Amino acid sequence: MKIAVLVKQVPATDKVKINKETGTMIRENLESELNPLDMYAVEEAVRLKEKYENIETVAISMGPPFAKDVIKDAISMGIDKGYLLSDRKFGGADTWATAYTLSKAIKKLGNFDIIFTGERATDGETGQVGPSLAAQLNLPIITYVSKLLEVKERSIIAERLIEGGKELVEVQLPTVISVVKEINEPRIPNFAGKMRAKKAEIPILTGNDIDVDPSKIGLLGSPTRVVNVYYPKMTRKGKIIKPKDIEKGVDELIQFLKEKNII
Amino acid sequence: MPKATDGYNGVWTLSEKREGVLNPVSFELISWGEVLAKKKGVPLSTVLIGKNLAEDAKELIQRGVDTVYVIDNERLSYFNPDIYLKILSSLIEEEKPEIFIASATTMGRTIMPLLASKIETGLTADCTGLDIEKESGLLLQTRPAIGGNVMATIKTPNHRPQMATVRPKSKKIPKPDRGRKGEIIEKKYPEELFTSRIKRINFEKDETGEVPIQEADIVISGGKGLKDGKNFDMLYHLAKLLNGAVGASRAAVDMGWIPYAHQVGLSGKTVSPRLYVAVGISGAIQHIAGMSSSEVVVSINKDPDANIFQVSDFGIVGDLFEVVPIMIKKIEKEVKR
Repeated sequence: MKIAVLVKQVPATDKVKINKETGTMIRENLESELNPLDMYAVEEAVRLKEKYENIETVAISMGPPFAKDVIKDAISMGIDKGYLLSDRKFGGADTWATAYTLSKAIKKLGNFDIIFTGERATDGETGQVGPSLAAQLNLPIITYVSKLLEVKERSIIAERLIEGGKELVEVQLPTVISVVKEINEPRIPNFAGKMRAKKAEIPILTGNDIDVDPSKIGLLGSPTRVVNVYYPKMTRKGKIIKPKDIEKGVDELIQFLKEKNII
Repeated sequence: MPKATDGYNGVWTLSEKREGVLNPVSFELISWGEVLAKKKGVPLSTVLIGKNLAEDAKELIQRGVDTVYVIDNERLSYFNPDIYLKILSSLIEEEKPEIFIASATTMGRTIMPLLASKIETGLTADCTGLDIEKESGLLLQTRPAIGGNVMATIKTPNHRPQMATVRPKSKKIPKPDRGRKGEIIEKKYPEELFTSRIKRINFEKDETGEVPIQEADIVISGGKGLKDGKNFDMLYHLAKLLNGAVGASRAAVDMGWIPYAHQVGLSGKTVSPRLYVAVGISGAIQHIAGMSSSEVVVSINKDPDANIFQVSDFGIVGDLFEVVPIMIKKIEKEVKR
């Protein structure tokens, strides 16, 4: 069985800049990390590898050359090997063009039974690439997976965490699976894992290597355009009280909630 | 030469029937869609997929849509992405709407990217603002990213339909007009469209009967300051009084005090209730990312320098173990009146 895990390099959450021209994030010269929500996808793939025989795990990412680091992070956790899709022409891709590019790489690398993704990335926060990729590959997708109950030869039984409860579904392989945080607790890489990651060669695949249609990649191939970007003020000028008499403080709060028509 | 955008007309929403009940997010979408349809001077339609839909279709018309496309089939008793994808891609090819919006629920965030990808058009996720650009008539889609640190306005100039998911709870629900008339169009599809590689085995309903935090009007969240899982009982009590739901910080979830479904923040859910109450939450940037679009924020924390006060409309610096019981007592009196 062959398992792919899609991973993304994201800026460490608090320092972010935007390219005013394309409206997309500047990923160079920023402190970055493996998308925290992808770690659950990586962990789940590694656990399957440990549980069943003959499983090969491959991490795939798309990004600038230094995004190799996140593939190495995945390898340090136990993934066998990885590939980085990197080409200037991929730049500015929206979720559609990203999913298209990833789908071409996956076709080229061949015959995966399961493709794991995280629920979403903590930078773009769209959660669209997983489903979009499934449609491009004409594969089913199970989203919001909180537990894998059984992996059979031809299908998987998975639990989904959705509004109002938990859904148990069976899906035929091959399939795309996006996981939520509840599914597991990602391991901390051990020394051997780190050494393996350090030595690992991460091949870079360009557009030519994966036979993309040049009109469908990067900014050119993206149906959406960012037309404006601004930084909203997150702070509120609230009333902060430090009451000596808690009863009176709470009265004040209740008055406030009444003014807001909440109670 | 005809353009790829020619022939597309009308604003559509995707209604959501969940476990046999038409979900109120469907009505919120009508509020979103009405504004757009009015600005463009076009009708507002909705797509309703499921089983036993006659009453729901009427309800949607009374809430403000002009046309309901109904796909009613025994095999549609739950959301199956495989089947929905086939139905919606056929329907859109036949009817060519110019704009198509859905709620950013787990269903909307699954089916919309599948659909946009298949029919090769753009999609913007989890929007908090939609508008029509005057000169071009294009849909302007505004959404937060990177934990709300950045707002981006996005459009889809050359592909149709223009698609977006919108954040639940960011619009009011329209009141029904029981006399309102509209058109119900029942769509039939060949049986092979209803086959799937996915099959539901079971649905285990959340026994607590709580509203999911993403869809609650009021969210009372607890953090590390609660010191123990059992202290969430206080918050449940308060939430019940206010008809709200209980949320939590990552720290509280990681401590095992409350299940992950309650987690608010960058690695949990994004909520935008009318009232968000943060109890014993310091306000790490990752938490603020998940609640900063709430209408009113109240926080209780004993640390006057806690970050959460920066994003609060009302804050009480004090011991939550003193403040919350008094809140419960006083709010109990208020709601009884």
